[in-house]
Amino acid sequence: MQASANGHRPGGRRARYPAKYSAFGLLRHGLTHQEWPPAWRSHPMKRSYDAVIIGGGVHGLAAAYYLAANHGITDVAVLDKGYLGSGGSGRNTAILRSNYLTPEGVRFYDRSIKLYQRLAADLDFNVMFSQRGHLTLAHSDASLRTMRWRAEVNKIERVDSDVIGPAEVKRLVPFLDVSPAARYPVLGALWHPPGGIIRHDAVVWGYARGASALGVHLHQNTEVTGIDVTGGQVRGVRTSQGDIATPVVLNATAGWCTLISDMAGVAMPVQTFPLQAAVTEPVKPFLSTVVVSGTLHVYVSQTDRGELVFGASVDPFTSYSMRGSLEFIEGLAGHVLELMPALNKVRVLRQWAGLCDMTPDFSPIMGRTPVEGFLTDVGWGTYGFKAGPVAGEAMAECIATGRTPEIIAAFGLDRFAAGALVGEKGAAAVGH
Amino acid sequence: MILLPCAWCGPRDAAEFQHVGEAVTRPDPRTATQAQWRAYLYLRANPCGWTAETWYHRMGCRRFFKVERHTETNEIRPARVAAVAGQVPGAVAGQVPGAEAAG
Repeated sequence: MQASANGHRPGGRRARYPAKYSAFGLLRHGLTHQEWPPAWRSHPMKRSYDAVIIGGGVHGLAAAYYLAANHGITDVAVLDKGYLGSGGSGRNTAILRSNYLTPEGVRFYDRSIKLYQRLAADLDFNVMFSQRGHLTLAHSDASLRTMRWRAEVNKIERVDSDVIGPAEVKRLVPFLDVSPAARYPVLGALWHPPGGIIRHDAVVWGYARGASALGVHLHQNTEVTGIDVTGGQVRGVRTSQGDIATPVVLNATAGWCTLISDMAGVAMPVQTFPLQAAVTEPVKPFLSTVVVSGTLHVYVSQTDRGELVFGASVDPFTSYSMRGSLEFIEGLAGHVLELMPALNKVRVLRQWAGLCDMTPDFSPIMGRTPVEGFLTDVGWGTYGFKAGPVAGEAMAECIATGRTPEIIAAFGLDRFAAGALVGEKGAAAVGH
Repeated sequence: MILLPCAWCGPRDAAEFQHVGEAVTRPDPRTATQAQWRAYLYLRANPCGWTAETWYHRMGCRRFFKVERHTETNEIRPARVAAVAGQVPGAVAGQVPGAEAAG
């Protein structure tokens, strides 16, 4: 049966628990001062599950949700060593876009944007998706050339993207310094109207709520300590809360994906780098689009509360440390002022870091592995959050049917041995 | 600030260096199988703990050297030479100082 655009099958199961969120419900709770029921239930851990998903972020929870909603597989456990959304899902800069470079990449991320557009209605949870447009600046002829290439690939795949000139950029973002006297003059930009920002925590909570309502068990503070593999087949998972027997394990971790894969004996072409981000004090709304500059290693958007959220490229060396560095914030401040000199009095509230699993070709690694029953949804580098829904949908189909869906066929682990890389560095190295 | 013990310049701010990556053994391209070569190109141990790696003193003496670094705490200690000697990839192998890398 054909899945509809929102990921549900017509007439499929709908979430009944917890109570439906609505304007009427809000009014009723306001008048009666009743406690809101918890968004998801907690369960004692069972000894066995049909499938275990490691990683309680947007990818793991989306996979659990679509397993239950699209395929009726509800005997599923999602494990997280911290709290739900404590990893990359709560640390990214919440930017969504689909203006990638390869046709495979564009199709894949465009499906994710389409799922995100319907997500609030699907999950009955306000995820605050704002399609305000995404602007990638070109400061050199080389980057302008890559942008024309991206725009043409996007158009062929029916994704709204175009190259615009400095005057148009100035019209969209009046505070931007587009004068030819700038240290890195703006020669043009890739304008991508469907891009935007979203409330990333709400996406995690919405999927957790939806999955829990369909019967999925969510186990927080449960660290995986080992994976049992015998005869090339997954038999179970050992955790800090006890052992679980299962024939299917999905590695949906970011940052620690090689540590989990090593437990199953699967080598991953991944290196872990921190990526730092920062947020300023709130100011009046003045920035209506997402602005990215690859040359200056910065991207900026303004939240609904008025804070400016900045991100950068990954740190210059591998690490599992999530400490911020002075070098980062110093470099970021310089680059931001290069773009928007008017921000020179704005204060930074805080900075943080998340872990990025970088692959050699800047594309993820999804699908089956040489170990039967051990699947991966990893290698998400700096672009994992925007792919959460489509990756979850595709991995759920992969688990349920045993076949690799067409939309992720290019992203298998075997592409490295075959030399069939999906080079997305030109579209994913900094700008997202 | 992280201080890296350059084998020639002594302890310097890590911002002066370029991280080359994990010290790996380059197979002989004339005899390596395709699988060995691709493993050399793409696969890394990526441990959460101590790892031996190569750094390049880009803004200093412009030479390569090795240290061991803890990837979670970013502590640095001298490379155990026996474990990593001769493992710098590619053409830079001849420049590896060996025992002096203990800095």
